[in-house]
Amino acid sequence: MKQIVIISGKGGTGKTVITAAFASLVKNKVMVDCDVDAADLHLLLNPKILERHEFKSGKTAVIDGGKCNQCGMCLEVCRFDAITQSSIGSQQSTVTIDPISCEGCGVCSLICPQEAITMKECISGEWFISDTQYGPFVHAKLGIAEENSGKLVTLVRQNAKLIADKENRDIIIIDGSPGIGCPVISSISGIDCALIVTEPTLSGLHDLIRVVELTRHFNVKTFVVINKYDLNTEMAEEIESYCRNNGVALAGKIKYDTAIIEAMVNKKTVIEYSKGEVSQQIKNVWEIIQNELD
Amino acid sequence: MIISIASGKGGTGKTTVAVNLALSLSSAYVGTIQIIDCDVEEPNAHIFLKPHITKTLPISIPVPRVIEKRCTYCGKCQEVCVYNAIAVIKNSTQNDPLTDSQTSAPGGKVLIFPELCHSCGGCSLFCPEKAIEEVGREIGIIQIGTAGNIEFVDGKLNIGEAMSPPLIRAVKKNITNNKVVIIDAPPGTSCPVIGSIKGSDYCILVTEPTPFGMNDLILAVEVIRKLNIAFGVVINRTDIPTASGQTGYQEVENYCSKENIPVLMRIPFDRKIAESYSKGIPMVEFIPEYITKFIQLFNNIKKSNHK
Repeated sequence: MKQIVIISGKGGTGKTVITAAFASLVKNKVMVDCDVDAADLHLLLNPKILERHEFKSGKTAVIDGGKCNQCGMCLEVCRFDAITQSSIGSQQSTVTIDPISCEGCGVCSLICPQEAITMKECISGEWFISDTQYGPFVHAKLGIAEENSGKLVTLVRQNAKLIADKENRDIIIIDGSPGIGCPVISSISGIDCALIVTEPTLSGLHDLIRVVELTRHFNVKTFVVINKYDLNTEMAEEIESYCRNNGVALAGKIKYDTAIIEAMVNKKTVIEYSKGEVSQQIKNVWEIIQNELD
Repeated sequence: MIISIASGKGGTGKTTVAVNLALSLSSAYVGTIQIIDCDVEEPNAHIFLKPHITKTLPISIPVPRVIEKRCTYCGKCQEVCVYNAIAVIKNSTQNDPLTDSQTSAPGGKVLIFPELCHSCGGCSLFCPEKAIEEVGREIGIIQIGTAGNIEFVDGKLNIGEAMSPPLIRAVKKNITNNKVVIIDAPPGTSCPVIGSIKGSDYCILVTEPTPFGMNDLILAVEVIRKLNIAFGVVINRTDIPTASGQTGYQEVENYCSKENIPVLMRIPFDRKIAESYSKGIPMVEFIPEYITKFIQLFNNIKKSNHK
């Protein structure tokens, strides 16, 4: 069983559209959305949720105002500026903990001489196993203003793998998130192949270089596809020559086509929606990746 | 006044709005404008502003280092660390059979995984032997410079580094009060975004009229409301021409009016704008009409903030 992830460095280059197109093209796979803090793939795959699970990650400090004697020790040890004290020295002084800034390290609760601070487990999101016309789909929703997106990515991937093993699926196709940080690192670890979707802009090239360095860092076989290449053919050529000069395989180029947005509005993958050039170009990209995986 | 530019979905035009707002204000506004690029994973504002960098600073976070001769392998540090960044292995044999020494202290090993460490300082604080010191681990750099009369700061996360929030905090330490500060935030809705926009007086959410733009705008609005920051929306690439002649996607507009969210600006889809973006040229440089529009947007924000 093989795993492929679609990432981009820069946001909005077309990761999800291409991932969804693969859903229509590839047989016997499990689809996964690892862009857990702005998940969109479900909008095209129309999932029927079969299982819904809470995502518990870490804890948050909660203070009991009745026990607190405003000694201020917690303020001193907190490195995340999550604790504040109002009207220090006066009778009305209160200590508050901002759950959004709290990283759950627990140091405040250990130092508190009054045992006024407890660590409360928090539910930071949900993850789902769904059924779609394209096969099983594992996805998630990180809670509002929550952290630990990397952990949620790992959890979603583990469950996708369990399903793939159980049902003898050949391939896991993962929609990743933009950037090069925590969730992206979690989504490329142990992957067989990464497809980077870029666009013919200076920002696209700049961000592509950083994400290629990342996949290299983790020794992941990498392909690049230039989406909307005809919006600036000169930049597209520049990206191609970057790929050539740096030994990065180009899997193809895809035209700018409003059919992609129309398909999205109609909640369809572009392959289902259009028989045009764009669909053919995405098919060609998949063939190249398929050859690599075989 | 701190204005941050965010979006749930990537690639909607955050940097375009941030850069062109800064340039418009700097051409008209008396006083200095600061632009702070907090998208440390993929910083792009520099591509458009081409700043003259005057200072580059490495940013480190404190991680533990064990002073072996003091450590008794008691395991307290491992117990305290909720991030599993430290593991203590205590040797089971207490006597060394070779030297037959009865007095030698039981040995062991402390394993530290710096990439998991959140720098909370718990291990060194609670070590009963004071056997843990903190040393710096570099996670990235910040760059400070100027672009015309705009003060420029950005951060660049090291490749392979997962921990972006401390770098974002370091970038934001360069914010000068009493200036107009424009923060370019990363996409998404999780910790790097929160770290970037926290403390802002106003947040501009940039979106596009597509189902993805809509879905992610709703998520971003929930975040901003939780943080209790005043906000408005900029809709980018309106009137995208569609081959089949379908009417445009109206749901973003409908949502904003239903939720009473001000639409601060609409930027129509224009191949000229897309082209200039692709070359790293700010749109106000060749469509100067937008300077007035961005200044007006700023004045509207100021007015709404005084209410």
